[in-house]
Amino acid sequence: MRLGRRPALRLGRRPPSHPGAVVLAEPWSSRLRRLLPIYGLILPGMLLFAAWALMPILQSFVMSFTDWKLRGDSSFVGLANYMRALDDPLFWRSLSATVGYTVVTVSGQLVLGLGAALLLNEKIHGRSVFRLVYYLPVITSWVIVSLIFVWLYNGQSGVLNWFLHDVLGVIDKNVAWLAEPATALWAIAILGVWKGIGWTMVVYLAGLQGVPHELHEAASIDGAGTWQRFRNITLPFLRTTTTFLLIVLTIGGFSAFISIFVMSTAAVGTLGGPLNSTDVMLTYTWKQAFQEIDLSYGAALSFMVAAVVALISIVEFRFARQQEQA
Amino acid sequence: MIGNFRRVRLQRWLSFSLALAFGLLMIAPFALMVSTAFKPHAYVLEIPPQLIPEEPTLDNFVRAWGSGDFARYFLNSVLVTASSTAISVSLSAMLGFAFARYRFPGSRLFFALLLFTMMVPGMLLLIPQFMLARDLGLLNSLWGLIVVYSVMNLGLNTFLLRGFFSAMPQALFDSASVDGAGPWRAFRSIALPLSRPGLATVTIFSWLAAWDEFTWAITILADRELYTLPIGIRMLQRAQSTEWGLVFAASLIALAPVLVLFIALQRQFVSGAFVGATKG
Repeated sequence: MRLGRRPALRLGRRPPSHPGAVVLAEPWSSRLRRLLPIYGLILPGMLLFAAWALMPILQSFVMSFTDWKLRGDSSFVGLANYMRALDDPLFWRSLSATVGYTVVTVSGQLVLGLGAALLLNEKIHGRSVFRLVYYLPVITSWVIVSLIFVWLYNGQSGVLNWFLHDVLGVIDKNVAWLAEPATALWAIAILGVWKGIGWTMVVYLAGLQGVPHELHEAASIDGAGTWQRFRNITLPFLRTTTTFLLIVLTIGGFSAFISIFVMSTAAVGTLGGPLNSTDVMLTYTWKQAFQEIDLSYGAALSFMVAAVVALISIVEFRFARQQEQA
Repeated sequence: MIGNFRRVRLQRWLSFSLALAFGLLMIAPFALMVSTAFKPHAYVLEIPPQLIPEEPTLDNFVRAWGSGDFARYFLNSVLVTASSTAISVSLSAMLGFAFARYRFPGSRLFFALLLFTMMVPGMLLLIPQFMLARDLGLLNSLWGLIVVYSVMNLGLNTFLLRGFFSAMPQALFDSASVDGAGPWRAFRSIALPLSRPGLATVTIFSWLAAWDEFTWAITILADRELYTLPIGIRMLQRAQSTEWGLVFAASLIALAPVLVLFIALQRQFVSGAFVGATKG
């Protein structure tokens, strides 16, 4: 109250980055008049958000500690749903399938995306056309690319079998790629890599703009070869980009759902088939929730997936920081 | 020096050949899909595959559009996508503007909550949203799709638009507040007209996300006549004797608007790629 009323002109002038030291001096009625329209701006969005995102997350968390049923009473069961998951061999199986899928897709996308970025970082002909072509799978929906690959992987007369058997002769007989437990998950992972290369490439291309050209020139005058320059100049400069990609692509790997949904049901008629070989954490969670109608177990599983993803992201981040300091 | 020049040219040529080979690998699945969409049913699994159809036909497109409920699926997709995009973009513009230009009690908390939900895996929301939709009678209805699609991009859109509004010079808003204009006037007459590129970007992202959404739709829709394109196209694929020409013709119809947008607005697509592509 020391300052009394501030000149009216200053009201709107206060830069938003300084949560005003003088606000105290403002009488509550004018403060209300000033704030009301601002809350009006955020009210509709925040209401929708609270009702359909915030409350549901809390509700799901609470539900994961109950034995919720479609009808009748549900009661608090403590950690029972989480303990059940730890004792559930299919849960562990889905975790290992998810990890396998993630390792393959993340490394495939990193290596091939970086390769593509290095190629397109040079002044070659038709660069923009190549970039468009590499990016095409990124903008095509998962349902469509999954159906294309179901057709390519066809067991009797698919294009892949024709190519590997009739053209290259590297397989003796046609393989039903999506119907064999040994190959199904890897066939789906190849789709995951193919779809993600373009995006990884774009991020790497942006990162490559930060590699100073003079360093390359100086090194090549000193007689450093292409590989040496790549190893000692380009890669260290791309470390932050690689960490970012590693975390984002890992989250992507753990989020695999649509491709598996479409391809496993198309090939063998069961979600996560054949023989649960493509049953990743999200398909297993979905089945528990919406096929077995065990929503509280599904909720517990979904929180475990989130916990695993968060844990891995933190470990990756720490590891990358350590590397940087070393 | 001449030797060096030659080496650079050779290397460039090598890079070009590699890029070309890789490009062929990347585009082959699309090329085969397009060619299959123009083939009569008898040829869709022919060995060896013919890239140029022997008897090209538009039959698949005509039948895809005319048969069953496909036009219905297309209409449903347009309806759901247009309404959810409109809701999501307008609400997040208001949110983004408030968070960018004003500090008010709760502003940091609200914004942090929006960002936090952006990082929550979709499956975590799916189960409780399903229960909420059930309680409100929104299961098996397009309204259930519209409301969830409006919310699913709210955090990302708000984040992007807040960046846009923050970058505007304060002087613009000063003169307006001298004239006695409140936040709403400043929002409508100053901020919105100047943020068209930002609005275009979030519109594209919201539109694309809703157009391609699969998981929520397959979870809550039961009636055929409510299917959106992704669900409808998947249902064209059958366990035995799939009419692949039909499936791919339908896929191309669904893909066409996306491709047109992409080629026309490549820059927005790629610049937004950093934030947009994390959700599988």
